Amino acid sequence: MIDLLGFGARGWGLQLLQGMGMTLLVAVSAYLWGLALGGAAAALKLSAHRGGRVAADVYTTIVRGVPSLLVIYLLFFGGNSAATWVATLLGFNGPVELSALPIGILAVGTVSGAYSAEVLRGGALAVPHGQIEAAKALGMGRWLTFRRVTLPQTLRYALPGLGNVWQLTLKDTSLVSVVALVELMRVAYLAQGATRQPFLFFTTAGVLYLALAGLSGRLFARAEGWAARGVRRAVR
Amino acid sequence: MNSPLVATLLAALPQFASGTWLTVQLVALSLLLGLVVAVGVAVMRLSHLAPLSWVARGYIYVFRSTPLLVQIFLIYYGLGQFEAVRQSVLWPILREPYWCAIIAFTLNTGAYTAEIMRGGIEAVPHGQVEAAKACGMNGALLFRRIVLPQAFRLALPAYGNEIILMLQGSALASIITLMELTGVAKAFAARTFQPIEVFCLAGVIYLGMSFLITRGVQLTERKLNPARR
Repeated sequence: MIDLLGFGARGWGLQLLQGMGMTLLVAVSAYLWGLALGGAAAALKLSAHRGGRVAADVYTTIVRGVPSLLVIYLLFFGGNSAATWVATLLGFNGPVELSALPIGILAVGTVSGAYSAEVLRGGALAVPHGQIEAAKALGMGRWLTFRRVTLPQTLRYALPGLGNVWQLTLKDTSLVSVVALVELMRVAYLAQGATRQPFLFFTTAGVLYLALAGLSGRLFARAEGWAARGVRRAVR
Repeated sequence: MNSPLVATLLAALPQFASGTWLTVQLVALSLLLGLVVAVGVAVMRLSHLAPLSWVARGYIYVFRSTPLLVQIFLIYYGLGQFEAVRQSVLWPILREPYWCAIIAFTLNTGAYTAEIMRGGIEAVPHGQVEAAKACGMNGALLFRRIVLPQAFRLALPAYGNEIILMLQGSALASIITLMELTGVAKAFAARTFQPIEVFCLAGVIYLGMSFLITRGVQLTERKLNPARR
């Protein structure tokens, strides 16, 4: 049974590792895309621009109120049908199929971004207003204040929440397997189909996800320590 | 262009209604069973007996750190691998995707809710326990009458989020062939070649349910906190 997980002729070890790599690629890209999207949405939510606030609220409310799987289906199947429609307009025939990887990253990242937006907004609100006034009094402009005062402290307050969003995003990548992207979950599914050992392969997948979650959790704990350097704690 | 779309969606309504009903069943049953699991696990987690506490911690850690899809596949496909399971009296249950989904959802939400309940139990002021002891209450009676009701009240806002997460997680039941809301939408999208409209309709129904849940939790919170009314 162990040789099924190994790297020999019958082993799925290499495929599982490749799947894990694909899972990490999707998770990291989606997370970064989500951070960009979430950062923009958080900025809009805090801005004085009414239309921008409404748009950002609509985005986060809808995406957080609907299953991630539905978002993935919508972007994947909807994206294909929209692409086919555009192709017919341009005079091409037949259905167009978009590549699963970018769509998967886009879908998971769009979900991730809605959660990041709320976390970043909370972090930005936690920065004491006096600090911004002090920066103004020192003659800092808006951009300089943002870069030197608001952003570093927002990150410090938001990091624990952003760590949670990362874990959520990592787990959400497993859903992309249903649109046939060969990541960890999909490899486990294919392997159990070929070997008739579902328990073995899904347990292995679970252990590998645990390892990814555990290791990245440590990285986030380190980042929190780094972001909070020079801060005196009330407790401990 | 509008009328064929309206016709498609109108034709979809009965199936969407039955899909929504299945989603509601899955969510309600899993939440109910999950709450029972969660209270037990939270008590174990806070127990002074180290082995009990470690078992609870392990369960919570594993189920919160792995994707729900892995858990569903392990129960639906994984358990059937063993001859002993297929021969057992539980097989008629474990063979059904419906019950596999319920079991997976229950264990999953149980782990998240256990941590929420633990937070609630730990937040009950210690003076309350002392007062109950002074009145002669002890053990199970004290827990049932004093700690648990207050823990529920304190945990309710966080539990509201968990209800919505469970609603979203229930979409995964469609992957093991259950025709709940997402499953119906996917089948309909494939049949009508109008994925955008069909998935948006499903999304609107999910949003409506999320909204109702949020309102319901808010109302319950107000009801349970007479002091804040």
